[in-house]
Amino acid sequence: MTAELIQATLETLQMVVASTVLSAIVGLPVGVLLVLSARGGLRPAPVLNRILGLIVNLGRSLPFIILMIAVIPFTRLLVGTTIGSAAAIVPLTIGAIPFLARLVESAVSDVDPGLVEAAQAMGARTGQIVGKVLLPESRPALVRALTVTFVTLIGYSAMAGAVGGGGLGDLAIRYGYQLFQTNVMVVTVVLLVVVVQVFQLLGDRIARRLDRR
Amino acid sequence: MIETIALRKEYSADGRQTTALDGVDLSVAAGEVYGVLGASGAGKSTLLRCVNLLERPTSGTVRVAGEELTALGPADLRAARRRIGMIFQHFNLLSSRTVAGNVALPLEISGTGTRRERSARVAELLEYVGLGDKAEAYPATLSGGQRQRVAIARALADHPRVLLSDEATSALDADTTRSILALLRRLAGELGLTILLITHELDVVREVCDSAAVLAAGRLVESGTVADLLARPDSVLAAQAFAPVAADPAAAYGGRVVRVAFTGQADGQAAVGELARRYELDVRLLAGTVQTIAGQPVGRLDLALDGPADRIDAGLAWLADHGLAVLPDDAWAEVAV
Repeated sequence: MTAELIQATLETLQMVVASTVLSAIVGLPVGVLLVLSARGGLRPAPVLNRILGLIVNLGRSLPFIILMIAVIPFTRLLVGTTIGSAAAIVPLTIGAIPFLARLVESAVSDVDPGLVEAAQAMGARTGQIVGKVLLPESRPALVRALTVTFVTLIGYSAMAGAVGGGGLGDLAIRYGYQLFQTNVMVVTVVLLVVVVQVFQLLGDRIARRLDRR
Repeated sequence: MIETIALRKEYSADGRQTTALDGVDLSVAAGEVYGVLGASGAGKSTLLRCVNLLERPTSGTVRVAGEELTALGPADLRAARRRIGMIFQHFNLLSSRTVAGNVALPLEISGTGTRRERSARVAELLEYVGLGDKAEAYPATLSGGQRQRVAIARALADHPRVLLSDEATSALDADTTRSILALLRRLAGELGLTILLITHELDVVREVCDSAAVLAAGRLVESGTVADLLARPDSVLAAQAFAPVAADPAAAYGGRVVRVAFTGQADGQAAVGELARRYELDVRLLAGTVQTIAGQPVGRLDLALDGPADRIDAGLAWLADHGLAVLPDDAWAEVAV
């Protein structure tokens, strides 16, 4: 049992870490793009902004369990299977991208406009303003956004477990619910709480260290 | 060095049009410290931002160092901005960078020098503004005055010829303001920097500016050297510098109340004595102020004159002949409000 618990914990971590990283790769640029293209932004583009916003809202309003099923063909195309941790990463990432993009948008738009103005006065290009001002100045908020995404994904991953995604959620359903082993259920829940606590603490600490205000 | 011609800036929000700048012609000579004084909402901030095109004027021309900025494309404009330093009321330092990192930012943006050359330049600049020991500190740990010094060092990093100052001392206390103004003065003197500053504080203009303009409702009301403006009896700047003795001086003091302005060579007090003797007038001194502005004494005397009207008129004409400007009654009523 212990071996299975360790295995399941590792699977959960693997799914969540991988999908957090992957969603950051897409969500971060999308969030920045939302800020830049907004009215009064550095590169106003109302049409692009509205389309991006629409897609993000669509993704956000879809319940994860439905999204997971809806992307099954895509998952099969990408991973070759729809069962297991690797396959679960696909819906988890797709679900997290719009979520993270909104958080990134809010973090980046919180940067003091005076700093952007100062960089413009120095003759900075838009790319330089993003790379040297917007991202570094919002770093603590970005770390918090990633932490929130990570914790949310742990919840989602349990749901993915229910439909064969593996990990702690899968374990809890199979032993705790279907085989009436309440103690396995309890241990699983405790493990999930511990994982969430550890990563929340870690995220908070990193954010605080980065915050020089 | 800086020239704006017929600068207009209009904003339209919710279908309503507001005019922030209504045809501003400004001319700042090289090496000059030029102050634009105005109340909040007068358009000073818009004017300053139009000089480096942080705000694009609706119409009009901006020239800096002979280059017509309003005619430049994006890449050339960025290059031109690198030759124009700017400092701000709230400093606008990056909280995520150390003091040295902040000063290095414009060099990184312009791609100037190697990392080593940049850090040598940064050290030199921090030494110059008196913060050589703060290179590794973060802005949050510095006082307001120190932060503004960092911002000044940053503005100077790329060897600009022009410095724009947006209410740079408005967030600072009196002592710190004085030291920052002294630093600006030093920059103009030692580096030959042309400084255009905007402020709502007359003291700033009086302390550091060679020339000044008064901006009200988007128009330049007056402009000239500070000494000339303060000497002119009808100057708005002078009216602020010399508070009127009473709202309606004639009613309060009796006789004919006049305000006399004098500068430099003219000796106000002696002339008043002479006026009383020569024209046999009863002259009472209601108020008098002499200030040293740009190394020149500039004074105002408020006098109540009693005597026959023709002798008063003759006396006033005599004063005017001797370099003492007599403020016309109606003009005084206007500026005294």
